[in-house]
Amino acid sequence: MLDNTQVERLEAEAVNSARVRQPMYAARKKIFPKRAAGSFRQFKWIVMAITLGIYYLTPWLRWDRGPFAPDQAVLLDLANRRFYFFFIEIWPQEFYYVAGLLVMAGVGLFLITSTVGRAWCGYACPQTVWVDLFLVVERAIEGDRNARIKLDAGPWTARKLVLRVSKHAIWLVIGAATGGAWIFYFADAPTLVGELFTGTAAPVAYITVAVLTATTYTFGGLMREQVCTYMCPWPRIQAAMLDESSLTVTYNDWRGEPRSRHAKKVLAAGQSVGDCVDCNACVAVCPMGIDIRDGQQLECITCALCIDACDGVMDKLGKERGLISYATLSDYNANMMLATAGGASSVNPSLVRTADGLFSDKVSHFHIRKIFRPRTYVYMGLWSLIGLGLLYSLLARDRLEVNVLHDRNPQFVTLSDGSIRNGYTVKLLNMIPEPRTIVVTIQGLYGADMSVVGDDIPAGRSFTIPVEPDRLKMLKVFVRQPAEQIRGTAQTFTFRVEDKASFEADEYTATFNAPEIAK
Amino acid sequence: MSDEHIDEISGISTTGHEWDGIRELNNPLPRWWVWTFYITVVWAIGYTIAYPAWPLLHSATTGVLGYSSRHDVGNELAAAEVAKGKYVAAVESKTVSEIAADDALREFAVAAGGAAFKVNCVQCHGSGAQGSAGFPNLNDDDWLWGGKTGQIQQTITHGIRFATDPDTRLSEMPAFGDIITADQIAQVSAYVASLSGKVKDASLIEPGAKVFAENCVACHGDNAKGNKEFGAPDLTDAIWLYGSGEAAIAAQIHAPKQGVMPAWGERLGETKVKELAVYIHSLGGGE
Repeated sequence: MLDNTQVERLEAEAVNSARVRQPMYAARKKIFPKRAAGSFRQFKWIVMAITLGIYYLTPWLRWDRGPFAPDQAVLLDLANRRFYFFFIEIWPQEFYYVAGLLVMAGVGLFLITSTVGRAWCGYACPQTVWVDLFLVVERAIEGDRNARIKLDAGPWTARKLVLRVSKHAIWLVIGAATGGAWIFYFADAPTLVGELFTGTAAPVAYITVAVLTATTYTFGGLMREQVCTYMCPWPRIQAAMLDESSLTVTYNDWRGEPRSRHAKKVLAAGQSVGDCVDCNACVAVCPMGIDIRDGQQLECITCALCIDACDGVMDKLGKERGLISYATLSDYNANMMLATAGGASSVNPSLVRTADGLFSDKVSHFHIRKIFRPRTYVYMGLWSLIGLGLLYSLLARDRLEVNVLHDRNPQFVTLSDGSIRNGYTVKLLNMIPEPRTIVVTIQGLYGADMSVVGDDIPAGRSFTIPVEPDRLKMLKVFVRQPAEQIRGTAQTFTFRVEDKASFEADEYTATFNAPEIAK
Repeated sequence: MSDEHIDEISGISTTGHEWDGIRELNNPLPRWWVWTFYITVVWAIGYTIAYPAWPLLHSATTGVLGYSSRHDVGNELAAAEVAKGKYVAAVESKTVSEIAADDALREFAVAAGGAAFKVNCVQCHGSGAQGSAGFPNLNDDDWLWGGKTGQIQQTITHGIRFATDPDTRLSEMPAFGDIITADQIAQVSAYVASLSGKVKDASLIEPGAKVFAENCVACHGDNAKGNKEFGAPDLTDAIWLYGSGEAAIAAQIHAPKQGVMPAWGERLGETKVKELAVYIHSLGGGE
């Protein structure tokens, strides 16, 4: 077991340290995050593999929809205005499903943030994931923290040039792969990849790849933490979502302070000493370059790597893990009250421990119960309600629709035999990728018949018409009623469309207008 | 910074700005952000040089790149003109009935004709081609001069009673007020009204039929069904250009109104007239 003084002290200074007097405009301080090891790092590797896997592989999944629709599982066909997601096909007028999913994502983010803090920022945000990926490359080429600091400070040698060029080259390749994967969501991936490499793809494809390569390289490789701190609105919004029961990455100064590298000497002098050995490991691993011991701050994305770093040190010292841990503000405050004897003194870690050195029973620990509170119930309820609503609407939605527009001018036409004719634009929507034969019938409007402009369909109360797969068919329909059958100036009647094969049907109630005195 | 000041609570220096005792903490802006700001300023200056920007007394600077949105519109119009070129050529070379029989060509002609109709025809025939008293409704199935595409084309090209066009459609309903007596007009009005509806005094019908046979059959025919050769209207149907009922019929017999339609052939050109003919034919009454 190590002694405090045997733990290596890392030279690390928080980028946002208040101790340094700041100019009005500050140059960026370089951050060289050290590789962390531990359960949170492990978890982040898994999240990274899953999210990157989803991003790069999704466009290549196939989904058989028959001969009349693309077989790409996820496809945003902007040219034809169709959106495919596995078994779901969405037409532009059904885009509220996407809006609903975005609302769910928003409420879900509220839920996650109010329970486990900025978990989105720390684990799943693309900026975090890609920066992590870029750091993997950087470490593999230039080495870990100290090697990188040395290389950065050193003169430009051939070795430095080679390392730097290869690092940036690989970053650019990752950027190009990122931009390249993006465009596959908008066209048939296997076709597009061929076109892309033979120079026959659409210019917009190359422009998109170029722009996304540049942004990925710039944001993931060059800007990194600057994006989170200065460009992203989420930290501000997410901070407002936190309350005293939300889990955040917390430095537990109630057991850590007073920090000391020479515990034995301090103890011998009769002063109290905390668990923190001031080794700076938490600062060195931080991808944001901050010191969590300064308290919860805007820059912290709660990636929990400082927890891993600190737990490693605590293990070596034979102390309990969790000097830096996920904790709620209320637990932290309670423990602080305990450690400071109700705020009367500075932190005295002996107050939180029993005589034999173990934590006293009065120390508050997080309990899973804290997740369930009115606020999270509201978020969960809202989230599930929207989800169920969307699901119901998805299962009950029409795949055959009829829309009818009455001619606005003229409202009606008197024909030579005295009968009255109304014109309608009838739109038949066949929303499945199969050709269908649709029977259009008028119901009500006694004695009336209809005819279709441009089609050799005999006038009658019903006609049958083929509709192409996944298409809208627009018909100009004239409905005509003999003079003696007319009852009033505005009669309602129904256009009914039915697929005789599947018996799916839809109806539209339309109005038939006539002059006041129809003879 | 004029005022060196450290905030007591946070230990952070302030910017030196103070409003009613409230001081602004100096959390320094990243330098790259300031540079981004300068770059946008430089970009804006370059932009105003490259593109039309600065207002002058009567115009504005044109910009060194010579861009103009009017020029863009011109290009787009030219591109649209090229795109519809093959349809226009087909309309030019084919007859109206051929155009009407070809789905794609008909669709084009209906759209083009509809646009021309909105500019040239709505003043008399109405925006929905619904007409009004004295101006025929083009949606119905009653045609004075024939409702086949060729006949409609002929009517549009040369007009009706349009004096300056030698080929104009010409007919004249005589003013019978000078030819037959007022009683005879009342009788024949009752007879004509009875062909499509009820009349007040049925005893007038029989003598009216006699007056009709003597004066009207030459143009309107034995059965009063009219004659499209002369633009003589069908008197048995429900459509009345100058109003239905005995009084309106009597007025039209006594001193007929005679509408005039201009000849559009020279003014619009043959292609436009063909498009108009196909459009009007598509309104629902075409024969």
